[in-house]
Amino acid sequence: MPETLPIDSVGLVTPQTIHFDQPLTLQCGKVLPEYDLIYETYGELNSDASNAILICHALSGHHHAAGYHSLSDKKPGWWDSCIGPGKPIDTSRFFVVSLNNLGGCHGSTGPTSINPATNAQYGPEFPVVTVKDWVISQARLADKLGINTWAAVIGGSLGGMQALQWSIDYPERINNAVIIASTPKLTAQNIAFNEVARKAITSDPAFHDGRYFDHNTIPQKGLMLARMVGHITYLSDAAMGEKFGRDMRNKAFKFGYDVEFEVESYLNYQGERFSENFDANTYLLMTRALDYFDPAKEYDNQLENALAKALCKFMVISFSTDWRFSPERSEILVDELVKADKQVSYTEIDAPHGHDAFLIPTPRYMDVFSAFMNRVAKEI
Amino acid sequence: MRADLKIIEQWVKPGSRVLDVGCGDGTLLQHLQENKQVKGYGLEISASNITSCINKGVNVLEQNVDEKGLSNFQSNRFDTVIMTQALQALRQPDVMLDEMLRLGKECIVTFPNFAYWRTRAYLMQKGRMPISKALPYTWYNTPNIHLCTFKDFEALCVQKNIHILDRTVVDKEHQDRWFIHMWPNMLGEIAIYRVTR
Repeated sequence: MPETLPIDSVGLVTPQTIHFDQPLTLQCGKVLPEYDLIYETYGELNSDASNAILICHALSGHHHAAGYHSLSDKKPGWWDSCIGPGKPIDTSRFFVVSLNNLGGCHGSTGPTSINPATNAQYGPEFPVVTVKDWVISQARLADKLGINTWAAVIGGSLGGMQALQWSIDYPERINNAVIIASTPKLTAQNIAFNEVARKAITSDPAFHDGRYFDHNTIPQKGLMLARMVGHITYLSDAAMGEKFGRDMRNKAFKFGYDVEFEVESYLNYQGERFSENFDANTYLLMTRALDYFDPAKEYDNQLENALAKALCKFMVISFSTDWRFSPERSEILVDELVKADKQVSYTEIDAPHGHDAFLIPTPRYMDVFSAFMNRVAKEI
Repeated sequence: MRADLKIIEQWVKPGSRVLDVGCGDGTLLQHLQENKQVKGYGLEISASNITSCINKGVNVLEQNVDEKGLSNFQSNRFDTVIMTQALQALRQPDVMLDEMLRLGKECIVTFPNFAYWRTRAYLMQKGRMPISKALPYTWYNTPNIHLCTFKDFEALCVQKNIHILDRTVVDKEHQDRWFIHMWPNMLGEIAIYRVTR
């Protein structure tokens, strides 16, 4: 718990929920007749609504990106390192909106919500949503908030994909896209990791074809395994080595299969915490959204053609030790942006933390990010 | 602005598309954007220079052209490709020159002239690798692995069928002085060339 709130924190924040009656036809063909989105805002919207920034979350993220819900919170929002007064996304200049995507399990309509048609939880019947669907829902949220054009749409990993999709689907409504530690589409290896995660969940006996709530249980072991696999891919070998090495909980080998190495203990702990807070159906859905993301697909598989519509400026950032979405993945995007004749800057930050580096305020990352956001602020 | 950059500016057409390979802190591109409304990108590897470029509103791409080359750019996408004071630090400057002329109609390159009289005198008198303002490194830590002279460069252009559109030579303050042109290979410290296919 913070004794007092840090001076560069957005402070205490309260999430808000907005209800949408207008049905949303999803890419899969199914229709959500109505839905809720939960979101938080930081900073003040200026009189001509030109200083709005949309923060898109990654796989397991949500609307609580910065600040604290109460003084008893142990940790601030997931991207507190980058959002706040004086931080790259400076809330003394920008009005920041962060939401939980459709299909989420933290307040927006998703598998844990009640299906109005059946008055029962959606569970596995919740339709598969895509990055494209999310962007449409986010545009509707912008309408309700009186924001016609985002000064910037910003995201890391899956969040970066949403920023990219924004630039293609709503070119008039986004002035800048900041795409961090992301990729224009998943590789076979990425999809393979997602499949292992999903299989871990669906093969848990407590999964019950996604209707675990009817059985008053959750596929905790499966979720835990899924997160453990995911977590390994978010860190680098070096970061893990530095944090845990081959440290053991006891000095001598026990010649058994209980947790002996510190890294095992850490992964188990992370997996357990995650399984207590995240819905299994949402995890399946979010990993599928990752797999399906491929904006070039509807443009003859030519990313350049997909990007041709974009009008915004792009900032693409990758991290040297990120092997989930390696710098090469970002460079593919940058090359296509150049081919499409777009305004783009790109940098690879030398950071040891792997994919998770996009959440960590290393000095050079903060410098470059701040420099770009200064440019965004000047355009307002 | 550095005098050599001013010379380069004269050779860049308003509204043209420019690629600045090894763009440094983005000073030239910023200047060209503001005064000549050019569009383009800078390529750079230094972290602090990249941040400077972004601060200046210059589109900069982190790219080690010595390793990656320029193959990620399509042919004839630029009007002018610029490389200031970097050719001599590349592993294959001749290949780079070809690549730059693949991407752009014209190329502007600048490099230190190793045949400058002071450099010659240094080597002759001391018998050691010359150190000067234009060449401030010792032999073992220099990034300049392919130093050449005006004559060398022009011989390469002849060999490759590259046409020299303009050339000028300046002193170490990048000032263009009339007497240098009398004997550029001896009196010029820095060479500035505009070439095309």
